[in-house]
Amino acid sequence: MAIASVAHTGPAAPPPVPPGRRRSLTPYLLLLPGIAWLTIFFVVPIVTLFGTSLQVPAEGGETGVFVQAFRFANYVDAVTEYWAQFSRSFVYAGIATVLALAIGYPLAYMIAFKAGKLRNLLLVLVVAPFFASFILRTIAWRQILADEGFVVSSLKWLHVIPQTATVTASAVAVVAGITYNFLPFMTLPLYASLERIDPRLLEAGSDLYGNGFTVFRKVTFPLSLPGVVAGTLLTFIPAAGDYVNAALLGRQPGTAMIGNVVESRFFRIVDYPTAASLSFVLMAAILVLVFLYIRKAGTEELV
Amino acid sequence: MADDTGGDLHLRDVTKSFGTFTAVDDLTLTIPQGSFFALLGPSGCGKTTTLRMIAGLEEPTAGSITLGERDITHAKPYKRPVNTVFQNYALFPHLDIYENVAFGLRRRRAKDVDKQVMEALALVELPHLARRKPGQLSGGQQQRIALARAVVNRPHVLLLDEPLGALDLKLRRQMQIELKRIQTEVGLTFVHVTHDQEEAMTMADTVAVMNNGRIEQMGAPSELYEAPSTTFVANFLGQSNLVTGRRIAADAEAVTVLCHGQTLHVPVSRCGTEDVDVLLGVRPEKIHLGGEAQEVAAGLNSFAGGIVSDASFMGVSTQYLVRLPWGQDLTVFAQNRGIGEQYPVGSRVTLSWEPAHTFALAGDATAGVESDVAVPVG
Repeated sequence: MAIASVAHTGPAAPPPVPPGRRRSLTPYLLLLPGIAWLTIFFVVPIVTLFGTSLQVPAEGGETGVFVQAFRFANYVDAVTEYWAQFSRSFVYAGIATVLALAIGYPLAYMIAFKAGKLRNLLLVLVVAPFFASFILRTIAWRQILADEGFVVSSLKWLHVIPQTATVTASAVAVVAGITYNFLPFMTLPLYASLERIDPRLLEAGSDLYGNGFTVFRKVTFPLSLPGVVAGTLLTFIPAAGDYVNAALLGRQPGTAMIGNVVESRFFRIVDYPTAASLSFVLMAAILVLVFLYIRKAGTEELV
Repeated sequence: MADDTGGDLHLRDVTKSFGTFTAVDDLTLTIPQGSFFALLGPSGCGKTTTLRMIAGLEEPTAGSITLGERDITHAKPYKRPVNTVFQNYALFPHLDIYENVAFGLRRRRAKDVDKQVMEALALVELPHLARRKPGQLSGGQQQRIALARAVVNRPHVLLLDEPLGALDLKLRRQMQIELKRIQTEVGLTFVHVTHDQEEAMTMADTVAVMNNGRIEQMGAPSELYEAPSTTFVANFLGQSNLVTGRRIAADAEAVTVLCHGQTLHVPVSRCGTEDVDVLLGVRPEKIHLGGEAQEVAAGLNSFAGGIVSDASFMGVSTQYLVRLPWGQDLTVFAQNRGIGEQYPVGSRVTLSWEPAHTFALAGDATAGVESDVAVPVG
């Protein structure tokens, strides 16, 4: 082989540093603030929370007083009782994630490849909602989706939805709210990965007999997968634990998500052990789902 | 796409403008089937734009492009029997080498993809890398894969956009020979864009020198080198010594030119201008350096009274700069054959050469001098 004659003789390896000496402390010092922060505000509370999740009400029955009993059956009770809210959370979050992807992908694609000079303006518009309060924007959706409001009456007039349909305080309203609130979290990672794609790869695809759709399917989309994975995770994870949308746009208990249950167990019923075990189950379930998803999406295969 | 008949590639009156900038200006060109054709020029001369129009990645503002009988001026890139080896290779990073090479075949639903891919990889001598990702390959290997990915489709025309630009000199030399071998082996029409005159001359049957969106001169490498028709070509392709002179006489054989008091002769066939004011050219290696006292043989062109102002030893040859009485420096390459004299700086010398190696041109003596090139990249 002709190439083989061009031997690359790399530089000789540097002399080994004597062990135990000259090892820099800098990396550890740089890690210190982060580790301290996470220890104080994450590790300690989570251990405490785990402890709480195994407690039982104190003898004498005063509200809000619990004693440690290492009662793992708390978990079984919590899951059995709130199975419906758990599955609802994941279904709502799943639908909202798919919708956000369907809306966010064309949007990000357009900004990355077709926007020209408008690119920065459009990016600002994507994040513009963050300048207004999350709660206010969600309450605004109550008006937007009100049964007597413009959107619903137009859809009824067009016979897209039946005349008897109600959207107010329905699952549709909750999913719509979640989709809306998490759309920027989907769009921005998608944009970041689409924008990084070398346009010459798309030219190469079309040079190699791929029409527009084929080039998208075989080149653009696979190369944007890191963005799809990041965007869906950033949408799905907070959406599954969200309680604001269900609280403001839904109706209790019909559209309650697990976040609403945790909230009411903690703050209204003052049932700390159940609330804590629900939090742990939610965390574990999300971790498992994310793990399976990343394995399936095969991100390590991507560049 | 071996189904429709091939044929020569014709560009007729092709113009491409970007806003007010005209990248390619009324270009007419015929590239014969099976030839190795090079478009040579400085950056911004319009050569890459020309290539992209042939590939279908740019649409001409005016003019037509035909391949054989087929008008492909406005055909989509994926509908042309043309493939490109991109400057940065543009290998798909998410696909392995095998799938990169198979990409075009799969799009056209070709039969026996496996056989063709392995043949193409064998052609570039890298079949063992089939399952690697492009990121795991060296620059030279990526270049070969990019070539295999294009050649495997057996296009009528293969376009190469500065394919060797990113390689180091030694590897580039090897790849030049490899490319030429592959072209001979597969017999496709190669259109090679480069700013490297040596690369163009080494590989191409025909070289078109482009400048400012136009073709300055087209022909076999030796023809361009020995008889440049413009000062741009004379300077861009190798080095030239250009001396101003006045035409004073002409007969059927030769034109006589007066240069700074010296009468010189140019064959009529090598005189590219009818003007009175001419630039007389001679290549540095054609000049013979003689001592002051040495007699110049009759019939040779010569300049006396030169002083060696610089001598650089370059191994196979020595490059002299000789200051002539009117202050101009001429370059002379003297082969180090171990016979003949070496002339240290300050020596008085006489320059002489065959009239048949002289050419005469009109125009700007500095056009195409490499350091002079200051045009926008594109």
